[in-house]
Amino acid sequence: MKTMIQELVQYRHLLMMLAWKDIRIRYKQSVMGFLWAVLMPLLIVAAGIIVKKGISIISGKPLEISDLASITVKALPWSFLIGAVRFSTNSLVSNANLVTKIYFPREVFPLAAVLANLFDFAIASIATIVILGFMGVGISVYILWVPLLLLFLILFTAGVGMLMSCANLFFRDVKYLVEVFLTFAIFFTPVFYEASMFGKWETLLLLNPVGAILECVNAVVVLHQPPNYFWMLYAASWGIGLFLLSWNIFHRLEYSFAENI
Amino acid sequence: MSDVAIEFSHVYKKFKRGESFDSLRDFIPYLTKKYFSVSSNGDLRDKEFWAVKDVSFQLKYGEAIGIIGPNGAGKSTILKILSGILLPNQGAYKVYGRISALIEVGAGFHPDLTGRENIYLNGAILGMTREQVKKKFDSIVEFSELEEFIDTPVKRYSSGMYARLGFSVAAHVDPQILLIDEVLSVGDISFQQKCLNKMQEIIGNGTTIIFISHNIPAVIKICPKTILLNRGMIDHFGDTKDVCRYYYNISSQTKMATEDQYLELEGVELFSSDGSPATLFKPGDQLKIRFCIKSNVDIDNLVMSLFIKRNDGMVVFDATSDILGGKYFSFSEGERKTVDLSFAVNLPLGVYYVGMNFYNPLKGFYLYKDETIEFFVDAPKTVGYAFLDLKW
Repeated sequence: MKTMIQELVQYRHLLMMLAWKDIRIRYKQSVMGFLWAVLMPLLIVAAGIIVKKGISIISGKPLEISDLASITVKALPWSFLIGAVRFSTNSLVSNANLVTKIYFPREVFPLAAVLANLFDFAIASIATIVILGFMGVGISVYILWVPLLLLFLILFTAGVGMLMSCANLFFRDVKYLVEVFLTFAIFFTPVFYEASMFGKWETLLLLNPVGAILECVNAVVVLHQPPNYFWMLYAASWGIGLFLLSWNIFHRLEYSFAENI
Repeated sequence: MSDVAIEFSHVYKKFKRGESFDSLRDFIPYLTKKYFSVSSNGDLRDKEFWAVKDVSFQLKYGEAIGIIGPNGAGKSTILKILSGILLPNQGAYKVYGRISALIEVGAGFHPDLTGRENIYLNGAILGMTREQVKKKFDSIVEFSELEEFIDTPVKRYSSGMYARLGFSVAAHVDPQILLIDEVLSVGDISFQQKCLNKMQEIIGNGTTIIFISHNIPAVIKICPKTILLNRGMIDHFGDTKDVCRYYYNISSQTKMATEDQYLELEGVELFSSDGSPATLFKPGDQLKIRFCIKSNVDIDNLVMSLFIKRNDGMVVFDATSDILGGKYFSFSEGERKTVDLSFAVNLPLGVYYVGMNFYNPLKGFYLYKDETIEFFVDAPKTVGYAFLDLKW
């Protein structure tokens, strides 16, 4: 484990370069430029508004500002997750020429994809903060939990990314499976709705670690409440655990990448 | 602190032909095996073959060694094992120092990025830090001769420009140990010369080098010692010129008639112009050769060919008796004959090998002997294939 970390630290510069390359080529020669970073979350928010409006019509409760804020705040990490997983799944295969010719720790590829999406997330966050400011959402001290929650999400995402990129190298249809899964995962994750709406099913929904994280984020940013410590710990163990497990598996299989790609 | 830079010890590596993982049924046992590192080496299963078989060598700091051999001999595989891209099935290797491998020129270049951006990217991929690239940036651009185009996306480059930029970055990496796989043959003649000079400069700086190439003259120029790899095994190792000559010999496609079924070469002798046996000549001297041939068949109208090979395997002269002299040879079964030839030794300083063959244009070779005898030429130092009687 220690050598793995040391190696990654040694190659951190390369990790940054590859992430920078991903970012740069995405925005070069494009008409939208950096607006791409905002497009995906915007679409999710728009979809969320429709869903919430539908729910409010049926339940008779009017749509409140906090509902809109919730959607915005949860859409962002979600779009980061799906973007990062999508790109990291294919990261090894699309860099096949480097995998077979040059040595550096291969984790760099899925991790660079995650970092590149983190950059998009950062841009979209700035827009979000501005919008939340306009909505008059306000800040509470609990907002300090956000960096930690995001860290758990990033670790979780990186873990998924490494596993999927590995799987996709051996079986090329994994990326399609991932795509399908990501499309429908939004129904199983409390992005458009609150887990609390489901009453006794709430626990089931929160078993999804992403769901747990999103609900915690919602709590601290929009509801100005402390996060549910149990679920936060749960999400933390998922994030850290999955990251370490995936990294380990990835590292063990690394040596057969060049032959099997 | 020993001065050994690389140690390669009884390394084996096998590959599988065909497609892998026909189904999940094949994959899961493979996965568990890999994860728990249960070795299944030693024997070859169906469709597997040894790409590298029991290869061992040692390299000291500052040494430059060449690896030559036919396609598919396992040269690139060895490089990939040393880089850490592949794991050997058996055996061990140790590398003491930082390695940089140039297996492909322009690795990691992205077509949408400019030359400038790709220099930084490629530099990072090859292991340079941003500061190192920045310091050498001007030198890299100058070497590649692409100053005007450095801010153009690389997808607009010609293939020569692409290759020049790639090599230029690679040449500036400055590691302790450098592994080169056939990347010198890029660009036009003047650029190739520049590359060779740069390589020699790198060696002069004390970098340890392994150089894989099909470009024999380049290997001779750069590496004092060479390994000949064939079918995964070391076929020959030693002084570069000897190994190259051996390689030429085994690559020659006319090995058929060395079995002595038709004609046998019983003896060869060399004489100087006064008839006494000699092996040392000066340019312009007359050299006489006598071949003693025994025939096991009746044959007419054979053409005899004489060829002189240089120390490194290069043929400096090859002539046939029908063109040069209008002579044909006949033998009857059981007959012994001597064939005498003579020529003026207009060759520069060096060691030379005399080869000969008899053939019938319709029927093929009746005798083929590559190095029957050697002779030496003592001359003032000149370079080239011939020695001309130059007077200033």
